[in-house]
Amino acid sequence: MKISVVCTYLFVVMTSLSCAQQQKNKAKTPENIDFEAEIVIENLSVPWGMAFLPDGSILVAEQSGELISFKDGKKTSISGVPEVYFRGQGGLLDLELHPEYENNGWIYISYSSPEGEEKGGNTAIMRAKLEGNTLVNKELLYKATPNTTKGQHYGSRIEFDNDGYLFFSAGERGERDINPQDITRDNGKIYRLYDDGRIPEDNPFVNDETAKKAIYSYGHRNPQGLVKHPVTGEIWDHEHGPRGGDEINVIKPGKNYGWPVITYGINYSGTPITDKTEMEGMEQPIHYWVPSIAPSGVTFVTSDIYPEWKGDLLVGSLAFQYLERLEMNGEKVTNRTKLLEGMGRVRNVRQAPDGYIYVAIEGKGIYKLVPKS
Amino acid sequence: MKQFLLGYILVIGIIANFLFQDKDLEESMVRGSEIYADFCVTCHLDTGKGVEGVFPPLANSDYLMENREKSIFGIKYGQTGDMVVNGVTYSNTMVSPGLEDEEIADVMNYILNTWGNKSDKIVTTEEVTAIKK
Repeated sequence: MKISVVCTYLFVVMTSLSCAQQQKNKAKTPENIDFEAEIVIENLSVPWGMAFLPDGSILVAEQSGELISFKDGKKTSISGVPEVYFRGQGGLLDLELHPEYENNGWIYISYSSPEGEEKGGNTAIMRAKLEGNTLVNKELLYKATPNTTKGQHYGSRIEFDNDGYLFFSAGERGERDINPQDITRDNGKIYRLYDDGRIPEDNPFVNDETAKKAIYSYGHRNPQGLVKHPVTGEIWDHEHGPRGGDEINVIKPGKNYGWPVITYGINYSGTPITDKTEMEGMEQPIHYWVPSIAPSGVTFVTSDIYPEWKGDLLVGSLAFQYLERLEMNGEKVTNRTKLLEGMGRVRNVRQAPDGYIYVAIEGKGIYKLVPKS
Repeated sequence: MKQFLLGYILVIGIIANFLFQDKDLEESMVRGSEIYADFCVTCHLDTGKGVEGVFPPLANSDYLMENREKSIFGIKYGQTGDMVVNGVTYSNTMVSPGLEDEEIADVMNYILNTWGNKSDKIVTTEEVTAIKK
């Protein structure tokens, strides 16, 4: 009897201690701000995607469906953009250049596509080339099915790895109990394709008769961040949890990231989704956020312009409206700092070929972080 | 007697009218709660309280209760620029969620009559359709 009481007591104490430790790992506001945020492109609404072209122009994908080319201080609207299903979190979403863009001119675009029989939309990946101010040679590489009129979770970030494979995410489209754990269905997945849309012969589920063979990993909720690690070459994602439980994961072939069987989050109503945060056969995140910051966009800092930040991860926060800097030691987060506090919902962050960090803020525009000299 | 009958019919008529409107409102609110859970809850939260300074509250919101048309407009076409809600200024952007007019009426009825909010008049699809840019 006594032992069980002591055990219970210890359990409670240990649990609260471990919670307290989690709390300690809070994002801090830095004492000195050693950079300035310089506005580059003004008057944007939801600048979801951005890409930096070799001619110095910046392509911006507005969620509403407009593709903008910005050069020499001037915005030009690009025509030939695919039709988007602009509802809820859908729209014109991410942009990514082919690693050999200078030779082949391919631009990769993700969007919510209404194509198909059913009403609604789902995540699609297209590639196209820019001829003057028009998209040409459009090729639809992937379209998740079925369509749904739900507002949530398109995922939609695009990234290439060192071998030239195309990775992209598709969120679970508001069907957490149907999609993420079922590899015969789209959504709640990260996919891997060749750059032309073919399915690699060694994708993890190619030998599974019923599986969607483009799937690379599953059990995801809504990954709106996908980035290649500058040293290991691995693909990392971050994804929105429900209330609490946003995650950073290292993406490995065929692995199950657990949503909604395991999570550090709860329902928006405050009720639990599951009492499990881990399970055998399911991957643990390398970091999770409670409360949710609502992460969107991610980049590793590799440039010499920010010597203090080298190797760190930058992540946009929609919910708390700041840019989070995560200092990393391998796969471990050692410190978190809030940058650009109170400027607005940070939708995207990228390190451009010029070495500068560019940050896209909703309702504002695109800012460049310039160190104070 | 005649007067009594007339009065009787009138009273029954008024009550019936109320009851029917209540039923319409109730059904609209149920549909609206689903729209809310799909499109709105992430920011405005289950409690309708939002996040002070970031996402304006809907629960006991003076802006919502006093600006019926502007609120419908904001849901229909999106919301930008400063707005003052319960004395706090919000300068965030809400993108148009792309809802049908009928869905906007439903979600309006839900938010106007939940968390202690109470509106006398049901929002109809026609009312939403009539609000133009």
